[in-house]
Amino acid sequence: MELFLMTVTTGVMVGGIYALVALGWVLIYKCSGVLNLAMGELTLIGAYVSLSFYSMGVPFLLSLAISLVIGFILGILTERIFLDKLIGEPVLTVIMVTVGLSFFFKGCVELIWGTDTRVFTPAIFPLEPFRVGPLVIGQVYLWSFLAALLLLVIFVCFFKYTRWGLAMQATADDEMAALSVGVSARFVYAAAWAIAFMAAGVGGTLLGNINGLNISVAYLGLLVLPAVVLGGLNSVPGAIVGGIMIGLLQNFCGAYLDRFFPGGVKEIAPFVFMSVFLLFKPYGIWGWERIERV
Amino acid sequence: MSPDNMILKINNIEVKYHEVILVIKGVSIEIPDGGIVALLGANGAGKSTTLKAVSGLLKHEDGEVTDGSIEFMGQRIDKLGAEKIAKMGIVQVIEGRRVFEHLTVEQNLKVGAHMRKYGRSIKDGLEMVYHYFPRLKQKRNETAGFISGGEQQMTVVGRALMTQPKLILLDEPSMGLAPLLIHEIFNIITKLHQEEKISILLVEQNAKLALNVAPHAYVMENGRIVMDDSAEKLKQNPDIKDFYLGMTDFGGRKSFRDVKHYKRRKRWLT
Repeated sequence: MELFLMTVTTGVMVGGIYALVALGWVLIYKCSGVLNLAMGELTLIGAYVSLSFYSMGVPFLLSLAISLVIGFILGILTERIFLDKLIGEPVLTVIMVTVGLSFFFKGCVELIWGTDTRVFTPAIFPLEPFRVGPLVIGQVYLWSFLAALLLLVIFVCFFKYTRWGLAMQATADDEMAALSVGVSARFVYAAAWAIAFMAAGVGGTLLGNINGLNISVAYLGLLVLPAVVLGGLNSVPGAIVGGIMIGLLQNFCGAYLDRFFPGGVKEIAPFVFMSVFLLFKPYGIWGWERIERV
Repeated sequence: MSPDNMILKINNIEVKYHEVILVIKGVSIEIPDGGIVALLGANGAGKSTTLKAVSGLLKHEDGEVTDGSIEFMGQRIDKLGAEKIAKMGIVQVIEGRRVFEHLTVEQNLKVGAHMRKYGRSIKDGLEMVYHYFPRLKQKRNETAGFISGGEQQMTVVGRALMTQPKLILLDEPSMGLAPLLIHEIFNIITKLHQEEKISILLVEQNAKLALNVAPHAYVMENGRIVMDDSAEKLKQNPDIKDFYLGMTDFGGRKSFRDVKHYKRRKRWLT
């Protein structure tokens, strides 16, 4: 029983971080219809930037803020340099470009920061865990989860109530029609990339705090894909629920199945689950169904 | 009409797609300030392309105005981007009822108000649209993808109104709608024109309807303007009567031979 409860809590907490990265993914998809396959690398860059500043002695929150600013700038640059010319081109082309970007970013990261695993020293979150009855929760997990929730609220409000949020959704729906009423598609895309970079940066920093930071954090980007697809590609709450589901699934497989199938059930379980799930709900939990009127 | 009170002047423009496909070969249109002008023509004549050239959406489809000029209130706009043109007060209602399907009706309208910065003015705009389209007020919280075709057309026109336009480019507002609804929508459009003093360039396949609304009309064929006259005179023109209004002299059915004859005559014209 204790194992079960522990698995649930850890699952939910890790899921919170996945959800954060998934948010960035959803954001880009929501307003441009592009699956950003470089999401993992965005996570990596954000994490490394904040780690660098932190090891220089800058306070943690400040270095996180700096990584947000740099993420914002990088996001806009990426959009301006690589993707701006592709507005109006087929979505598949753009997706291929994001694959290229992912290799490019990975190369840059290795060039600048090397391939050794780095850790945040001194540790930011106290190692002393919270204890609630029989439950033991690591502080890193708890804070990450709270950060994810906070960002969720911010994103939902942004999309529902601000004029730029609406403009972004409108552009996702019908770019041409959005242009015709004076929405600047270029601005919308730049904003989406900037925000995605920032969300990924926060996610990456938190993850780096849990396991240390090396290039493999980028694979998280791929792991988040099932979360995003499960939730429905363009649903912000879907990203959160999807992220938590994947977190739970991973931890359960790790706790119960690893004994029978040693090595790696944890890694593939989300993908197996995603495939089966999509057979029954092709648009994910809250994805936009294509509206077809007869 | 003196040239001064023209809100839009299209001077002999030529439009190419992908730098090679010549779609519009010399089109000139003038719209008086506060007037309605209709642009008629068959499928593929280049009507929509002309509208897109004016609104700047052409650049988005890899098209370009390669010759001639477009002037809006005395300023050249043919090299400007779509958002700039929208800011100046031209809005195009794209053909085919392109609502933002996943947003509600009210959100659709709010996107139209994107260029207005203040909440108050958005509210006023919504009031105005609901005044002209009371039906939208009932449907304000419904997802735009699921409302009826007529309501979608109203949403799209309402959305265009939210941009506070000086000139609306209306592309086939009647397409695929029931006659009664078309009637309703056209009534509202005329009312809008009279009360809000908005100039309109109306593209239609339904020539009868267009000629009743607009006092002046142009006829396009194969990327050229082939006729340009007041609506009254066009209604009397035998070719227009035959091929756009679908009326023959003796009220009988049209034989295919006559159509071929007209095609041959058209070749002279173009």
